[in-house]
Amino acid sequence: MRTTINSLKKNEKAIIKDFDIDIIPLKLLEMGCLPGNVVELLQIAPFGDPLYLDVNGSHVAIRVETAKEIEVELIKIAL
Amino acid sequence: MIHQNINVALIGNPNVGKTSVFNQLTGLNQQVGNYPGITVEKKIGFCKLPHNIKANILDLPGTYSLNASSMDESVVIELLLNKNDKLYPDVVIVVTDVENLKRNLLLYTQIKDLEIPTILVINMADRMETKGITLDIPFLEEQLKTKIALISSRKGYGIEELKDLIVSYKTIPHEPCLNASVIDTEYFKSLQEAFPNQLLYKLWLVITQDVNFSNLDRNEIRSTFTKSHSELKRLQQKETIKRYQFINDVLKEGLKVDASTATDFRAKLDNILTHKFWGYFIFLGILFVIFQSIFSWSTIPMDFIDGTFASLSSWTAEELPSGILTDLLSQGIIPGIGGILIFIPQIAFLFLFISILEESGYMSRVVFLMDKIMRRFGLSGKSVVPLISGTACAIPAIMATRNIENWKERLITILVTPFTTCSARLPVYAIIIALVIPNERVFGILNMQGLSLMLLYLLGFGTAILSAYILNKVLKLESKTYFVVEMPSYKLPLFKNVGINVVEKTKAFVVGAGKIILAISIILWFLASYGPGKDFNEAEAIVKERTAEKPLNEIEFENAVASQKLENSYIGIMGQTIEPVISPLGYDWKIGIAIISSFAAREVFVGTLATIYSVGSSDNENTIKNKMAAEVNPVTGQKIFNFASGISLLLFYAFALQCASTLAITKKETNSWKWPMLQLVLMSAFAYLTALIAYQILK
Repeated sequence: MRTTINSLKKNEKAIIKDFDIDIIPLKLLEMGCLPGNVVELLQIAPFGDPLYLDVNGSHVAIRVETAKEIEVELIKIAL
Repeated sequence: MIHQNINVALIGNPNVGKTSVFNQLTGLNQQVGNYPGITVEKKIGFCKLPHNIKANILDLPGTYSLNASSMDESVVIELLLNKNDKLYPDVVIVVTDVENLKRNLLLYTQIKDLEIPTILVINMADRMETKGITLDIPFLEEQLKTKIALISSRKGYGIEELKDLIVSYKTIPHEPCLNASVIDTEYFKSLQEAFPNQLLYKLWLVITQDVNFSNLDRNEIRSTFTKSHSELKRLQQKETIKRYQFINDVLKEGLKVDASTATDFRAKLDNILTHKFWGYFIFLGILFVIFQSIFSWSTIPMDFIDGTFASLSSWTAEELPSGILTDLLSQGIIPGIGGILIFIPQIAFLFLFISILEESGYMSRVVFLMDKIMRRFGLSGKSVVPLISGTACAIPAIMATRNIENWKERLITILVTPFTTCSARLPVYAIIIALVIPNERVFGILNMQGLSLMLLYLLGFGTAILSAYILNKVLKLESKTYFVVEMPSYKLPLFKNVGINVVEKTKAFVVGAGKIILAISIILWFLASYGPGKDFNEAEAIVKERTAEKPLNEIEFENAVASQKLENSYIGIMGQTIEPVISPLGYDWKIGIAIISSFAAREVFVGTLATIYSVGSSDNENTIKNKMAAEVNPVTGQKIFNFASGISLLLFYAFALQCASTLAITKKETNSWKWPMLQLVLMSAFAYLTALIAYQILK
């Protein structure tokens, strides 16, 4: 199954893999949402949407409908 | 002119403290205006530099990159691409935040590509220690091909060094710090060959951006080098990746972060402020404090201003030689001006709170908290900012909708924002509430008048939200939706920034409204002081005849003459003509005149009544409020401002679109007369109906 940003849990980190360039707004790319960068889910708003992320050091909130389009790979924390 | 001023442009991402740097450089020496034809705010300040050099500092709107997604951002590109603009910068200052250097440098590398001398300001240097950040400035200067000023606009250090750098701007390198054209060498090579005299990056902006370029032939460039939207976007992504690669490489060496010293203050505060219960609880609490304080804290200065103007008015009437000019001054101009100045305390408080909420970074958390709820009503979380700042004024609020990316959400926000209780309604509400709601406490702590005011604010919000819901169902518009909000770090608001903001906004309100009110009160005074025919000109004889059987004492007689004159003056005749339309709402003709004259701006209402009542009575000592309270319907003997007519007036002003500026701004922002006309007709009809129903039930 494809892992996307909206399936992360709070405080989980992942590496951005791929997304459909036509759907993702340029502004989000400029915030650092680019393949290879690290994204961390910081907060989920009370009704499950939007999501508050740390993308490559930038703090930004996006809606679930956008987060669904961004494929990521979860970083497993070694214990 | 021998000493030409240096033109300096301040550019930066939002939330980097650019305005603080601007305030530090210029102090209160600022001018706020608009760019011609559009409503983007243009702030220019003046700064004295060493060696007797002066600089014009232009504070450009905050932007994340040179890829414009709003009118505010287009302003930045248009200026930087037009060498003939008289504000074209000799030197650009890019302001960055040390904590967000990576992202902030993206814009910097783009501006460097335009080959304008550029100084890099790294702001918030005072936070480096707590965040464990160290910078290798000489290395960064070499790699980024610039001079760096490490400053703290909060603590005020580094500003003198920045001024020295501005003076020596000619020594700053022009060349770009990276070559982004390698993302598609062939394409960019042929583009450059076709236009050898133009900067390559400029050409690229012409192809990708929808902004006005003065001396470049856009069609020529686009026809040969156009690509599909998706191809262009792919290239823009490559460009962004290329720039970030460069920035990452530079910062790997130039910036070290010792994570062990970093604190998680932000995360802790976020946990509370965006909590599913405490988040909303705190938000409502803040709103409650704001509205209670606007009403209770401002009464002391308001009473003082009111009393001062009443005595000023009577002083002029007594001390100046009596005549028409004195009358105009004491009955027309002074009460009219007093009617607006009295609201300075409330308006200043409102701007103070809004400015603190924005400066602290809290407003973004509200956007985050409210987005899902607002979407149910066809709005966006970002609509909360216009709806809250609409409590100050609908004009900046409608302008603030520009960062709502989805057109339908934005349009609905624009259409419903005028329902929120703007500061121009405050004068009307304040005086009517003071007249018809008892000044008593309920449950021991809540002031009834404060509570009524809060209810009116809630009514405004509620109506805005409900009409949004209806519009969302009715309007058939499809538009691609996306939502990206930066969540800035929390900051203690800077007193200086908040102070300047409050002063500027209050001044703009008073001057803007003051001009209209002054003009209208002079016209009203003339219309109320003169009249046609013998009913007006022989008022004294008529009153004498009418009261022949039961002579009045001197004061009663003078008052009777004054009101006889007023009723038969030009304005009296106009008012009585429209009375049949408004009397079902519980208003007399004097209120009718006030409603008509306040069509262009609500706050004129009180000034108008002040002028009418001053002309209509012989004493100048009383305050506006007391005069209104004393008004009695000559037929029924009932007070004019009673509970039923008061509520009816409050509802009328809550819903009616009595503001010409709102119509103008809606036209500008939606680029059509259709939407402002729709606003006007629906809001006026709704206002008339609710006021009618309320009065008929309560009377």
